[in-house]
Amino acid sequence: MSGHPNDALGPKAWPFNLKTDSGAPYEIPSYRPTNPVLRWLEYRLPLLSFAYSTAVSYPTPRNLNYWWTFGGILTFLLGAQIVTGIILVMHYTPHADMAFNSVEHIMRDVNYGWLLRYLHSNGASMFFVAVYIHMARGMYYGSYKEPREVLWILGVILYLLMMATGFLGYTLPWGQMSFWGATVITNFFSAIPLVGESVVSWLWGGYAIGNPTLQRFFSLHYLLPFVIVGVVVLHVWALHMVGQNNPTGVEPKTEKDTVAFTPYATIKDSFMMVCFCIVYAWFVFYVPNYLGHADNYIPANPAVTPTHIVPEWYYLPFYAILRAIPNKLLGVIALFGSIGILAFLPWLDTSRVRSANYRPLFRQFFWIFILVTVGLGWLGSKPAEGGYIIAARILTFYYFAHFLIILPVLGWVEKTKPLPNSISESILTPNRSAN
Amino acid sequence: MTASSVEPTRRDFLYIATGTVGAVGAAAALVPLIAQMNPDASTIAAGAPVEVDLTPIAEGQVIKVFWRGAPIFISHRTKKEIEAARSVNLSSLPDPQADEKRVKAGKDQWQVLIGICTHLGCIPLAHSGEYNGYFCPCHGSVYDTSGRIRQGPAPKNLPLPPYKFLSDSKIRIGEEDTAKV
Repeated sequence: MSGHPNDALGPKAWPFNLKTDSGAPYEIPSYRPTNPVLRWLEYRLPLLSFAYSTAVSYPTPRNLNYWWTFGGILTFLLGAQIVTGIILVMHYTPHADMAFNSVEHIMRDVNYGWLLRYLHSNGASMFFVAVYIHMARGMYYGSYKEPREVLWILGVILYLLMMATGFLGYTLPWGQMSFWGATVITNFFSAIPLVGESVVSWLWGGYAIGNPTLQRFFSLHYLLPFVIVGVVVLHVWALHMVGQNNPTGVEPKTEKDTVAFTPYATIKDSFMMVCFCIVYAWFVFYVPNYLGHADNYIPANPAVTPTHIVPEWYYLPFYAILRAIPNKLLGVIALFGSIGILAFLPWLDTSRVRSANYRPLFRQFFWIFILVTVGLGWLGSKPAEGGYIIAARILTFYYFAHFLIILPVLGWVEKTKPLPNSISESILTPNRSAN
Repeated sequence: MTASSVEPTRRDFLYIATGTVGAVGAAAALVPLIAQMNPDASTIAAGAPVEVDLTPIAEGQVIKVFWRGAPIFISHRTKKEIEAARSVNLSSLPDPQADEKRVKAGKDQWQVLIGICTHLGCIPLAHSGEYNGYFCPCHGSVYDTSGRIRQGPAPKNLPLPPYKFLSDSKIRIGEEDTAKV
């Protein structure tokens, strides 16, 4: 698997090395419009043939399972967040004196305002549900390994942008959790030696969180989703250069290993999207505030900190890591390090085998890692005292050990199962070695 | 195309000089884009000193006033609290500082603190925690009756705002006492 053909041949997009069943070089079926108007357009801007060869006839590995549908779900959610967000802005007032009431105005007076706001606030949570599944899939099947390192790193950047966007958005209702969440998060930067205080004052636009802070957070919350769109374009471009990974981790070799994107992937993606939307709708219509905090329905009060301050659920594991470290600067470094370390995953995992299906030891450590992360999330929601802190320290140590000790060592000591010769062989031979 | 000579030409110099001037100009253009985020004139003006009358504060009471958007604790300490703050072995403190240095001379009962936890900015609760001083509910930092950090993740003692006594029962917060040496 080392030495991808791209390295020798220069940048050529997948499936340049795919063969037809007879062994001839494979070519993606392209679209030739017969309609004269479309043909006129095609010679000036080949939009239709581009869409056709990337989203219709594009070959995808034939063994993709439902874990591969979350990229499509994330794209849908990004669109949904942008649409509901643009509408909410039509009714929201980004001012410290008016923001809280304008959100209540959306809830009570604006036609379907309650629906749009709940879609947007729960949509953020669903976004993180989907991205965590998407990331876990990448980790399980080794999708970050050569030649997909850049694809993976762009994903880590997208995740960071999502976290920033989610945080900025959560401050906008200007409730107690908005205010104090913003205070705690911006104070991370006060841990920077020497210039920390100046940096924080610059971020705030004052000596404390206040109206200038709210206004700039609003501006940035509107900006970042479009930055995300831009990085998604790069992410998909990088994906199309190297092709999709698949549950075997063995690259497709012949046409027989693939199926056309449409209808196979589009229908599978759409079906899972509908299932996902059922969950999304259940939250929106039945428990719209379950994932939020009651304290955020109290207007921001700079004089009183809520007794139990916790971030949104999707930040909890990192919050637990922050609180597990008794030193402020080191705690903040550990928090950012726990996310930043993901970018180095392609080089920390030394195994040549991609998929956990053929890595019996890694598969167990993968699930332990998932449990540790969930455990950290649970601890992040608990008060920082006594046994919770001790448990958080043990799990924080394990979290980093997974990346810095377990993954590098596993690649050397693990005896992997034999890989199938091809995707089609792994599916069509009755006696599968994996699973 | 002939191979260019190794010797730098006047044209090379012009290219580099032009590029340098352009880079300096681009960097200068960033200044207003970045500086606009610093506290503006109205925010700075709103941070003018405030005067507080101490007479209504009973012994043992801690009140909270605001200066520059930050809560300021004014504690009228009891004898016991002062004693507790002064009987500590300084070398055992994470951020050693004598209680005498944290109050104005001769005004041992009055302690003025910025009520912002030095960890991540929450407001600690008065009269709580193991040392009956201040306790931050966010991440569990414990301060003593002098506002010094004793336990938890906060790295420093609660900071002291600049302030001075105008009379025995009146202070001005936001202005340093220049008379005192």
